[in-house]
Amino acid sequence: MAQYERYIRPKVAFFDFTSCEGCQLTVLDSLQTSPELLDMIEIVEFREAMSERSNEYQIAFVEGSCTRPADEERLKTIRSTASLVIALGACAHLGGINAIKNLRPLPEVRADVYGDKADWYDTYAARPISAVIDIDGFIPGCPIDRDEFIRVVKMLLQGRQPIIPDHPLCIECKLKENVCLYLRGKICLGPIVRAGCGAICPTYGDGCEGCRGLITNPNLDSMKMVLEEHGLSFEEVEQKLSMFMAYQTAGIKSEAEGATS
Amino acid sequence: MTDMKINVHHITRVEGHGNIVVNVVNGELEQCDLAIVETPRFFEAMLKGRHYSEASHITSRICGICATGHATASLRATENALGVVPTKQTELLRKLAFFGEILDSHILHVYMLVAPDFLGVGSVIPLAKQEPEIVMRALRMKKLSGDLCAIIAGRHTHPIAMTVGGFTHYPTKEELLDIRKRFEAVRVDLKETVDLFESLDLPAFTRETEYIALRKPDEYAFIDGEIASSDGGTWPLEDYLSVTNEYLVPHSSAKHAKNKRNSYMVGALARINVNFDKLHPHAKSVAEQLGLAPVVTNPYAISVAQVVEIVHAVEESLNILDELVGNCLKWEEPVKPKRLSGEGVGAAEVPRGTLFHHYTIEDGVIQKANCVIPTGQNLANIEADMRELVPTILDKSQAEITQSLEMLVRAYDPCISCSAHLLNVEFVR
Repeated sequence: MAQYERYIRPKVAFFDFTSCEGCQLTVLDSLQTSPELLDMIEIVEFREAMSERSNEYQIAFVEGSCTRPADEERLKTIRSTASLVIALGACAHLGGINAIKNLRPLPEVRADVYGDKADWYDTYAARPISAVIDIDGFIPGCPIDRDEFIRVVKMLLQGRQPIIPDHPLCIECKLKENVCLYLRGKICLGPIVRAGCGAICPTYGDGCEGCRGLITNPNLDSMKMVLEEHGLSFEEVEQKLSMFMAYQTAGIKSEAEGATS
Repeated sequence: MTDMKINVHHITRVEGHGNIVVNVVNGELEQCDLAIVETPRFFEAMLKGRHYSEASHITSRICGICATGHATASLRATENALGVVPTKQTELLRKLAFFGEILDSHILHVYMLVAPDFLGVGSVIPLAKQEPEIVMRALRMKKLSGDLCAIIAGRHTHPIAMTVGGFTHYPTKEELLDIRKRFEAVRVDLKETVDLFESLDLPAFTRETEYIALRKPDEYAFIDGEIASSDGGTWPLEDYLSVTNEYLVPHSSAKHAKNKRNSYMVGALARINVNFDKLHPHAKSVAEQLGLAPVVTNPYAISVAQVVEIVHAVEESLNILDELVGNCLKWEEPVKPKRLSGEGVGAAEVPRGTLFHHYTIEDGVIQKANCVIPTGQNLANIEADMRELVPTILDKSQAEITQSLEMLVRAYDPCISCSAHLLNVEFVR
């Protein structure tokens, strides 16, 4: 892990692995509202948006999960070049949506899409980049929140470790005065998932799907009480958790079983 | 030049990872491939075993640029499978969010990815220094399209409020009126955009091919319709497999497609070639000003076709906004499925062309899923263009040939994340 230090107009590079590139697009969008950022950093590589390339950079933002052995080498090169490596978005941070394929046997998954030609295309279980290299921070979400991206860059420029909220989404949702989705009969992961997105999904009428990951000490007992109150089971929560946290769900399941005993 | 190998690894300013590989031996073109080196995504396999209500949120993650398009095609497939008929208001709101995405994607492509080639810079970043008013205009238009998606579905990349049977959130009348005002004001930027693209010289290259797009009797089709070909013939959506005929090639993790010829084109130019008569009158006159008279066979004109669609999308959005405000937008609960088992196909003309989603659902759980992606359908056509173009420019320098090929591939606005993900030029030496 690198030492945090103040950077004067650092060279910044963006890299993508298995992903939809929506987080890099959100970065482009954030520049619409904060163009001054371009005066504070020098973007030296951003394949989706520019042809220029560079092998010299201090800060690397990495989008996407690692889904094949060949990607590990590229990740290690990024790690050895950059002083700071930041996981950008749920795929890099958690494994994210790509890890849904981990829930079924890999040969079956490959044959489903590519039939008898499956061997032509290299793949293995999807994983967060932290499973392959050390990271210095992460910006959660699917996609990332554009204001949070700007905030993290500013903290990095000040030589500070980025502060990402570690309290449940419910707090933000209450401040927004939203009607609790459990009262509308919908499952929501708000009680155990990291805040910081402005509770955008509940605000737009949909339960939290957990794209920002769990808080450090999720209160699973209390989560179970909420579910029982509304006649719902933990299996339904598990199903929802498996959208963005399939890489983590096995662990979650055993913890929940522990909580009941 | 008798021998030449070009190998453009990870072509830039496109969505996803692709390589262009060219090998010339003794003046003969031996190999000319567009290799798709994006990691396989496996979305079809991921949908298996998931509840139908999750499908649109999972598949929007196929692509950050056409997330709303994937969500729309996904919802239509599910709705057709489960006998859901959305209300008129839902159709209007979906169309509006869809136009937001068409605008966002086309503006990103023509201004930030394509324009630098014509203005002699490496990317939009030096362009911002050289021609700040061009970049500011693009950002202004792009922000407006993103804001339109946001008031309807929460955000453009990975829409939230769009669900099976309708919406879980509605914009307020004030939000609709405010965005309407901004759409009217953006007409000034539209004029500047059209003038800019009128001034650019496209490379002179033409190759006749088949053009495929959705078609509707009473409008320029973006959501639903039937499949139509410039070579003649229409097919109901359910018969999409007999049009797309997908096949695998070893150098691409994205599937290829062919219909009546060895390849066909989908996307803005194909739509204009198939549906020119359905364009909004303003868009039609812009097409005439830009010299687009169907059938247009120059693939570099795809960007010009996108400019025409930008005008169409702005004018149609204004019409829909008027209709929604006039009809007093009301809260509607999503229409409930009539059954929990069935099979359905959904289709939409997303920015890069015709997108199909096809689901088989049993007791609310997806058993089988298939997605046919526009960029995949274009791959064989891009390679056919490359193979016809290269022999005509072999007297040029390797750098010039590389640039022509990169511009050609970029013109198609390939979305490699979608198609398995696509693009790099390898001149093999």
